[in-house]
Order: sequence, then structure tokens, then C-alpha cells
Amino acid sequence: MSGWRHSSIGSQIDRNTPLPFTFDGRPGSGFAGDTPASALLASGIRVLGRSFKYHRPRGLWGMGNEEPNAIFDVTEDGRTTPNVRSTTVMLRRNMALRSVNTAPDAARDRTGMLDLFNRFLPGGFYYKTFMAFGWMRWEPMIRRMAGLGRLDPGHCPPADIPQLNARCDLLVIGAGPAGLAAARAAARNGREVWLVDDAPEPGGSLRWRGGAIDGGDWREFTRDAIGAIIAAGGRILTGTTIWGAFDHGLFAAWERRDGSPDRLWRIRAAETVLATGAIERPLWFANNDLPGILSAEAALHYLSLYGAVAGRRILLATGNDASYPVAAALAQAGCDVTLADARADAPAAPDGVKHLGAARLTQAHGRNSVAGAVVDGRVIETDAILVSGGYTPSVHLHCQAGGKLDWDTGSDSLIPRPGSSALWVAGAVNGSFGLARALAEGHAAGGGTGPAPRAAAGDWQFFPMRPDPDLRGRQWIDPQNDVTLKDVKLAAQEGYRSVEHLKRYTTLGMATDQGRSANFAGLATMAALTGRTIPETGTTTYRPPFSPVPLGVIGGLRRGDLFNAPKRLPLEIAHKARGAMFREYGGWLRPSVYGTDDEAVLAQQEALAARKSVGLYDASPLGKIEVIGPGAAELLDYCGYLRLSTLKPGRARYGFVLGETGIVHDDGVVFRLAENRFVVSASSSHAATVRMILEEARQDVFDPTKSFIHDVTAGFATLTVTGPKSRDLLIAANLPEALYDDANLPHMSVTETFWNGHSLRVARVSFTGDRSYEVTVPARHAPALYSALETARQEVSGRWIGMEAVMILRAEKGFILVGKDTDGLTMPHDLGWEAPREKRKDEYLGRRSLFTAEARRADRRQLVGLEIDGDAPLPTGAHLVPLEGQRRSLGFVTSSYFSPILGRPIALALVEGGRNRIGTELGVFHLGKIGRVRICDSCAFDPTWERLHA
Amino acid sequence: MQIFTCPFCGPRDETEFHFAAEAGKKRPIPAETVTDDEWAEYLYMNSASRGKAQEVWLHVTCGEFFLMTRDTVTRDVTAVTSLPGRNA
Ligand SMILES: [Zn+2]
Repeated sequence: MSGWRHSSIGSQIDRNTPLPFTFDGRPGSGFAGDTPASALLASGIRVLGRSFKYHRPRGLWGMGNEEPNAIFDVTEDGRTTPNVRSTTVMLRRNMALRSVNTAPDAARDRTGMLDLFNRFLPGGFYYKTFMAFGWMRWEPMIRRMAGLGRLDPGHCPPADIPQLNARCDLLVIGAGPAGLAAARAAARNGREVWLVDDAPEPGGSLRWRGGAIDGGDWREFTRDAIGAIIAAGGRILTGTTIWGAFDHGLFAAWERRDGSPDRLWRIRAAETVLATGAIERPLWFANNDLPGILSAEAALHYLSLYGAVAGRRILLATGNDASYPVAAALAQAGCDVTLADARADAPAAPDGVKHLGAARLTQAHGRNSVAGAVVDGRVIETDAILVSGGYTPSVHLHCQAGGKLDWDTGSDSLIPRPGSSALWVAGAVNGSFGLARALAEGHAAGGGTGPAPRAAAGDWQFFPMRPDPDLRGRQWIDPQNDVTLKDVKLAAQEGYRSVEHLKRYTTLGMATDQGRSANFAGLATMAALTGRTIPETGTTTYRPPFSPVPLGVIGGLRRGDLFNAPKRLPLEIAHKARGAMFREYGGWLRPSVYGTDDEAVLAQQEALAARKSVGLYDASPLGKIEVIGPGAAELLDYCGYLRLSTLKPGRARYGFVLGETGIVHDDGVVFRLAENRFVVSASSSHAATVRMILEEARQDVFDPTKSFIHDVTAGFATLTVTGPKSRDLLIAANLPEALYDDANLPHMSVTETFWNGHSLRVARVSFTGDRSYEVTVPARHAPALYSALETARQEVSGRWIGMEAVMILRAEKGFILVGKDTDGLTMPHDLGWEAPREKRKDEYLGRRSLFTAEARRADRRQLVGLEIDGDAPLPTGAHLVPLEGQRRSLGFVTSSYFSPILGRPIALALVEGGRNRIGTELGVFHLGKIGRVRICDSCAFDPTWERLHA
Repeated sequence: MQIFTCPFCGPRDETEFHFAAEAGKKRPIPAETVTDDEWAEYLYMNSASRGKAQEVWLHVTCGEFFLMTRDTVTRDVTAVTSLPGRNA
């Protein structure tokens, strides 16, 4: 219990608004403006969780998304969000924070004894040991003890996150001094600037380090920059993380908003300035993971913003100038501060700070919290250790954008190689520390004219701090994934020397903090152990996201009805009024049956009614691709398996569209309305791709000016009337008389006429084998057609039928659905359509593929029908097998129904050499049992086709 | 996400486009004279070149097939032109 709250310092908190919260069930209190991390620090609570593998006590380390330890399951309003980084969210009233990896809680974890076995748990241990003894047996136990927070199965956040696209002249990532200077300079030149920062307000490190710019307080400079941005039409997004850099200058941003849904921005900028700053590195000494050891930069952040102080007797171990203002501020706040600098030529200590030069921190003491430290062999009593091992520039987005890195000795870090990505780079991310340099670089990156904003020089010197492989005791490299220096040594010993191998072998840097505080040490250690430089050792690949992003942000509104929105019928409301149940068929929401009874029962009744009298169904989703022009017939000949140039105007022909591989892509009817005008009635789920096949041929193979293609599917509604009394229904509906006459409108013909002042197209084609009329009107006239047919239906005792009944009717006739009764190997001759392949001499799509050795095999799977004894339909997908000898699949059932008109089950199947097997029997394998089927013709009903004209 | 320029519509998001084919392949005809190997070569063999590439892309929203010259490494798009059709 060593952290405390200063009585006056703290720019972010409102001391008049206390916020109660709980941590592991015990009450705590913070202030409005606190983060959970700052409130816990100020409360003096040190042990915030347990480590992943050894269950060592862990405390707060950092101040942002580099935080490896202070991660909680957060419960608000009865809903739990797992693995919330307590440094990056605001504290809210009555938040319940629950430590992760602990049982029963962080302070009294029972599995801490795992740490005693640490020498038996080296890197690669899980794999080596448990694979040998059966991973399956051990996995549940290990998973229970390891891993982070718990998922709340009841927590399903709403899919209410908008995704917005934006453009700007200049995107500035990071609103610290460099970013502010860049944004201000660009905005002053009239450019539209978006300034984005993940903190709740602009300022970056100025917020806790302060500073004078152009002779005034930094806040004045910030206000001036914001004013310039707004005046030039730009925008400032705070609480927003740019989490990915993508091709052609696209950036993804996650904006967190209080009280309204978060937002995802896709920002496309003409130019981008990267001013993301740097993250402090830890130091490496024995027990460097003890709670109470914090980043020095973070300690200043908590002091300045929240008045939360890490301890009272503070040891600050460093090797750079950046830590000196930290020591000074803590001393001024009343702490007893000892500054241990690794450099022999360290600068003078700030007032009131004890100073040790050429000093080396080798060990921390304490059980659950820091109680002492060993510096140069001498024990120092302390209740908090602040450390700085230098800084690692946040180069992630530069690297995501394809940029490379170079070693920079001055800043002791890897910095962006100039020109290797399309991003401008400014400030600490460029290894340029100190306020004056950051401002100058930002000003230049923003295209600033005139002098850059001025600040005191303050160049920082960095002494290279490195892990010492020879130092005694356990030194943590990656605190979140529990990787120690010994694990890195073991990896080097076993030959895992590339950084990518090191990462996978030890899991270094693979935790949710993505190794922000760990990767450099792992890299530096591996370099030292293998006698290479850091650039020779290399870095791992940077990939989006920059930090964890909730799946809901990426999913946006796409859930439920909007996940994969189906197309809707113009007459959906009318069908609903008739009691239709809806299902999705090939991307369209269509009636499955009408009524509330069992769907299968209704489908049987509807199918029977259509056979006995007349059925009506909505066929609007049928593709209607118009192909128009003097080149239309030639184009369709090339794209179809059956020639269409020989079709007479007013007539219809069934055919196939093949891919160049000869596989059936779609089937359907083509109407020739006039010499130069065709309508391709592609199946509803293939209309879009058939149109593209036609377009590709039109533009690539033919003279594109000789034909035009329009997909007008959505512009028209089609109602199909089918059954022996379908003609009666047309008459009762008072449709034009010309339609009643079979001489005028025989089967496979089409006519266009006028009805009630608009166009009406009627086609005699049949998907049921019965006399049928497809009646098509412009979609806006669908209700008028509907009511005319509905009135007539009642007169002739017809019935609305859904797609389930249509499926039965077409299967009774052996009519296929491409993709259901065919698969990715089916060619037209497998379906019994031999003639074009044998007779056509002209070129058409897929032609050559129909003559390969494969296409000529006698044992290709062919479409046949199946007959069975009994009343139970065969399971669709069941495999057909030989009745004797070696069991193997000869094919499978593709469609299977009970036929109400035949009073027995029917089925279609693809079977090896199927047509030669007609009349013979095969086995059908299902759930371990083999039944018997007879192979028959695919057409089970009305084989003489008399009903088409009845 | 890349930006491609449809010769008909102008610059649009990558998600609106589909790759169609590598450019420059000549469909071997007539089928009677084409060997299995030649046909397989036409159907399946692609150079998938690293660096400069000429490809046919489809702008799905308008139906325009067009030639695109681009660099598969830098993702630079250097030219887009409509297909010449039979006029080629
Ligand atoms: Zn287009």
C-alpha cells in the first residue's frame, strides 16, 4: 500500500465528483476524470493481477496501450467486458473491476505456487511435455489456469457501430507536439487536416511534461493549432485509435465515444504525418516484475494528470535525460527521490534529488510489492522503483504501410527509414526527442512556411541500456506472456535465433500488449547472445490492428437482418397478407409455404393442389437479362450451349451457360422477343454472374458496339400460373384474349401485349411439367396483376404455392437446380444434353473442355432418378454404393421428396455411368445402414409430357 | 484497400472490382485443333508475376471489363483502358 493521491496536483480529475468502484469485490473510490489505473494507483492497491504462466503478482507498469498487467474484466449494468486495459478507458461510477488469471482474487491467488515450479516450465515446455503425454488430456487444465479474462456469454453488444468513409488533405496521427505543429502548419496553408489521437484530449506528452512554446504555455499553442484546423475545414478526433494502415493511403480508425456508439472511420488522406511518439522501455534486473515497478514516464503521467503518486520513497533508475524532469516533479510533490543514472557523465541532479552516477540496479526486493532495491551491491530501502531503459518509437503504422527501419545510435532505437513508406514522420517516432526538435520536424512535415514554433532546446542523451545475460536472478522480458531472459537464452541455445522463431518458441511479444514493452529487450538479448547487431537480428512483422479492436467495431451494423441482406419481392406484403412464411432462396426472401401448419404438410397440400387444379407462385427473382442489338444473336450463340440464332422471334428455348471448363454454370430459358432482342431468364441465384459472362464476351470477343446487355430483374415482377386449370384462371382474370389461344401462344413461346395501359409479357414455359404461364409486368404494376390473379384464383379454386411445393413439382419432372442437382464437375452431357456437343461446329464457351479425356469418360456421374420401396424419402446427400464387393461412393442423392401426386417418394441423383444402370439396383448408405434403390429415368411424373398441353 | 480507376466510372474502392484474367492470353481455337495441353495451359497457367503485371479486371457495379497495368509489389496502378473487343 504505497501509492497515494497528491492534495493539489492533477489536471484531469474533478475532486468534487468522487466515483465509487470495486476491485475484486472490495470497494474503492476515484474521481471523475480518473482511469481505473490511476484510481487504483492512488488507492495504493498494488497487486492488480497474476501473470499468465507462473501466476506471479503483477502491478501497474505503463499508461497506455503498452500496459501488460493492469487488465481487467469490467462489469457494468450486469454486463462483463473481458480484458479491458485499465490505462485506456475512463473510470465510471460503480464499475466492477475483476483481476484476470486469479483465483479467488489478485491478492490471494491460490495458483501462485506454480511459480515454485518455474524451473520446470521453460519456453517450449508446454509443447514438449504435454505433446509427449497427450495434449488432449492436459489442455483443459492448462487453459483454465492460463489465459486472460472470462467471456460473459450473456453479453452481446448491440450492432450499432457506424462505419464512415472520409477524405482529407492531410491526416496527422498523434496530437503531441510534433503532430500539433504539423497540423497547424498545414491548416494555416489552407489544407483540410484531420488530427487523430487516442488520448481523450490533444497534447500528447505535453499534457504531463508541460512546456513553453513560442514563449507561451503549451495550451495556448494547442488552442491555436485547433483553431487553425477548424478554420480550414478540418477535424480533430480524440479518443480515437488509428489501428491499421492499408493500401493506397487508407487508414482505419476506431473512435470511442461516451454515451453513444463507437465509430469506425475509413480515412483516405492525400498525405499522412506519423507523429505517434515513443513508448518507454523497462530495465532488466532480478525480480523486475514486482508490483511497484513502473515506467518513469508513466509515473510522471499519473502525477501530473491525476495526482496519483507511485510511492513515497522512490528509486528512479535510468540512463537518459528524459527521466530528470520526472525526478524533479516527484521531489517537488514531496517524494524522497533517489536518481540512479547508469552514466558516469550524468548531468547535474535536480534540486532535492539524491543522485548516484554510474549506478547499476541489479535486484528488487519484496514479496508482493517493492520493499527495496540493490544498486551497486548496496541495499536501498524504497517503496517504488521507477525505471527508464530508453524509448522505442511507435513505428507500427510506418511498417504496416511497407516502411523499413534503420538503427539510430543517437536515440538508441530503430527509426523509420526516410522515404521507405509514403508517410511523413515527425518527433519521437523518428527518434527526435525533446520539444524543440519535435516541433521543428512536425512543422516541416506539415509543409510549414516560416519559422517553426520555438521551444527550449532540451536535446536528450540516451545511454544504451541492455539486459545482462550474466546477471543472477530471474529477469522478465515479457511480463504479460511470462517470458524471462532465461527463456530467450534457451531459444538461442536451441537454435531459434531468428526473431520470428524466437517469438513463436517463447511466445515473446504475442500477448495482447503485442510486446510493446518487451520486444526490444528480446531483440537486444538475442543480438547479444548471437554476437549480432540489433539491425542484423531484425524485427518481427507489424500487422494491423495496432492495438486490440472490438469485433463489433469491425462488424459494424452487419448483424442479424443486415448481416447478408436478402433481396425482397415487390409483392412481399401481399404474400404476407396471405399468410406466407418466408425463407431465403438463392439470395431472395421468398414464400416457402402459405399458412401456419407444419411446413412439410403445407408443401404437400400445395403441390397436390397445383397438380389437380391450379397453383400460383411468385417467380419475380427469375433473372431477366435483356440482350439487345444486331450482335445479340451471335453473342448468345457464343455464350450458350444451345444455339439461339436459330430461334424464331416469339419463341423460347431452354439451355445452359457453361464456364470455359465446360462445367454447367447455369440453366434457364432464353426468349427471343424480336429479331434483335432477347431476354435471358437466368436462374435467380445466378443472374448476376450470367450477366458478367455475357458482358465479358461482349467486350472481349465481339464488337462491343453491336450489342447491349441490361439486367432488369429487379424492374419486373413475375407471377407464374401452373396446373391443368391455369388457362381458366387467365380467362377469369380477364387477361387479353390472345393469350388463351394455344395456336397463338403454344408451349415454349412468348408474347408481349398491353393490359390496363402498361406492358404485359406472358411466356408459356413450365418448371412443373404442367401447362404454365409466366406473367410479367413492370414491378410498379405488380399489385394490380396480383389482385387480378387473386380474384380469379378464388373463382377457379386455385392455391398460392410456396417454393417448397415448387421444388416438389420440378423434381417430379426431373427438372434440375444448378448447384443442387449438379456440382463442380457436371457437364451438360451428364444431364442428357448431348446434341450440341456432338453437332455444333462453331465456337462456344467451354467447348474444348467437353472433349478432354475426362469429359469423355464413360463412368462420369450422370443425372438419374431413384425409386425406393416404402414411404420415407431418401436423405439428400446420401451416397450410393455397390450392393456387392468393395464399398465406395458411386454418387449421391441430390434432391429427394415425397410426391403427393404419385403417392411415393422420388429422388434425383448423380451416379457413375448412371444412365446405363437404369433398371438396376444400388445400395444407399446412410448412418451406417445400407438400403436399396432402383435407378430410373429422372422424370418420374407424366413421362409422355401430355400435361404441358392439357 | 486499393483504389482502381474504372475507365467508365472513375476511381472506386477495390471492393467493387473482381480480377478476371491475366491479359494477353489468346483463346486457342478452333477446338478441333487444340491439344489438351494447350487448352490446359490457356485455362490454368498464370505467370502471377512479381512486379509489373497486365491484367483484365471487372468493375462489378457497372460491368466494365478493362485492362489494368499495375505493380503487384508497390501496388501502383499505371494505366487502365477499355478492352478493344473484336476491333483488336
Ligand atoms: Zn465502372
